[in-house]
Amino acid sequence: MTGSATTGRVELTLGPVLFNWEPAAWRDFYLRIADEAPVDTVAIGEIVCSKRLALYAEHLPAVLDRLAAAGKTVLLSSLILVTLDRERRQMEELARSSDVLVEANDVSCLTHLVGRPHAIGPFVNVYNEATARFLAGRGARRICLPPELPATSIAAIAAAVPETRIEVFAFGRVPLAISARCVHARLHGLTKDTCRFVCGEDADGLAVDTLDGEPFLAVNGVQTLSCSMANLVESLDALAGMGVASCRLSPQTGDMVAAARVFRAVLDGGAAPYAAPGAARAELARLFPAVQFADGFLHAAPGAEYRGAAPLP
Amino acid sequence: MELICPAGTPAALRAAVDAGADAVYCGFNDETNARNFPGLNFSRAEMREAIAYAHAQDARVLVAVNTFPRAGSVPLWERAVDDAVAAGADALIVADIGLLAYAAAAHPAQRLHLSVQAAAANPDAIRFYREAFGIRRVVLPRVLAMHEIAAIARAVPCETEVFVFGGLCVMEEGRCSLSSYATGRSPNMHGVCSPASHVGYRDEGGRMVSRLGDFTINRFGPGEPAAYPTLCKGRFRAGETSGYLFEEPVSLDAAALLPALREAGVTALKIEGRQRGRAYIEAVVRAFRRALDALDAGRPIPPGGLQALTEGQTSTEGAYRKGWR
Repeated sequence: MTGSATTGRVELTLGPVLFNWEPAAWRDFYLRIADEAPVDTVAIGEIVCSKRLALYAEHLPAVLDRLAAAGKTVLLSSLILVTLDRERRQMEELARSSDVLVEANDVSCLTHLVGRPHAIGPFVNVYNEATARFLAGRGARRICLPPELPATSIAAIAAAVPETRIEVFAFGRVPLAISARCVHARLHGLTKDTCRFVCGEDADGLAVDTLDGEPFLAVNGVQTLSCSMANLVESLDALAGMGVASCRLSPQTGDMVAAARVFRAVLDGGAAPYAAPGAARAELARLFPAVQFADGFLHAAPGAEYRGAAPLP
Repeated sequence: MELICPAGTPAALRAAVDAGADAVYCGFNDETNARNFPGLNFSRAEMREAIAYAHAQDARVLVAVNTFPRAGSVPLWERAVDDAVAAGADALIVADIGLLAYAAAAHPAQRLHLSVQAAAANPDAIRFYREAFGIRRVVLPRVLAMHEIAAIARAVPCETEVFVFGGLCVMEEGRCSLSSYATGRSPNMHGVCSPASHVGYRDEGGRMVSRLGDFTINRFGPGEPAAYPTLCKGRFRAGETSGYLFEEPVSLDAAALLPALREAGVTALKIEGRQRGRAYIEAVVRAFRRALDALDAGRPIPPGGLQALTEGQTSTEGAYRKGWR
């Protein structure tokens, strides 16, 4: 048994860039993704801090054109934490005017999407089949599940909504929390309002270590992520068997095109170069040196742990 | 404004009612509520008795069924909803969309409150829950500023409830997996944050070190009181900086903001702490009862004497005050 009810093939989705990258680097990243990455869908947009969108907005039309020309399905992702009136207006505009599929990362966005096809991002709490059914009934065509969910939950949800594409967060630093406080600014003695965009200094977030010097978390403006990278590459067969339709790869510095190729090759199986146990993980470790991998959430274990090929509970 | 008080045990509930709570919130003794601590919370029979006790004193009981039901086990949460309704709960506090849909369909006359765990931080989100499930009240996240609370209270077609005392979440509630990243146990799924079962302390040459799961959360100086290792209130290192990067081990005390909250049109004030003992509950409820009575009578708010009850002996007005962000 494989993949979704519609295609039978597990697709790859590139999630939105979570970090504050230089506008030119942001643009070039997406242009290369469009040209070279074997991903089916690209979710794009500013979901962490509304102050950042203006920095690269001028590049958005060209990037969207290039992605569409490359045959990618595009999702426009909405802000996770919406508090300001300006942000509410931006999100309403995004939801109402868009002729591409909108990925809602906050329930407030759903208010404007009711009855229209849309996607649900990983920051709307879909923890069970009842919630997934409710959202599917109101137009959710795709749901990217929260990274915290264990395999048993993923399987139960995917089985309950066969017409909805269920996606899991499969690669990249794991978003763990969002606040109204900007910790990045706070660490520089600034506040969210006076931040000077100091988050731009850390393209993969600012590493937060324990006092023992052990890597632990990463700060990205108002968002806190894991320092380790989620990596479900050793569980792809199991995920496909559960009816997962898509795997999300979350951008960070390093060769995301190459990472997507590894995932694609493993999903395609057969004559893949990664047939040997651990080969795909080893290749990803080579591409992203000096980071720990984690898949504990999938195994109903502490999220920071890596269980790899161990059987899922 | 109503005073909403926590109770983790029948004794605490009676203490809160006797001390002047307008309503008490509590949950069943399982993973259906967000304070699922060992030895806490109410059996079905205790819930029925507690509600009868509160009603006899003209107080209300709000039952929290506010974790996110585990996939494949949703009926456990639906049964908690049914049992709370049958026990005579004045309102249910619910966060999950699927469970709200169930409660609204199965018990259309039941008053529903949207839990803080639903992370509804703006009028559009609140309107969604109001239109879809008829929620009558929203509990607002602790990351909002006072002017935002006022704007929401004006804009939404339902009542608002805000936290005024007790634990302070730095991260938006309902969207935080920090605890499960370190321990595998999360507020959303298991009703616990930084659970005691995963906490350890060790003495390193006279300095106390606190741990959560496999991670060091804090290291204390000689004689420094060792605060509980709640993950977001630990000491960490980033670049050249080390210390309380996210938040100090403070707790929330918004007693001084009561006039502003009333001005803002807030319906209800919530005290956090279902895990707290009866003496604590009684002291805090009494202090806030006095403050609210003074406010209603136009008298100055008496000094609370709450300082000694706050975590680590320091308190903050949190995000409610400008500059916190």
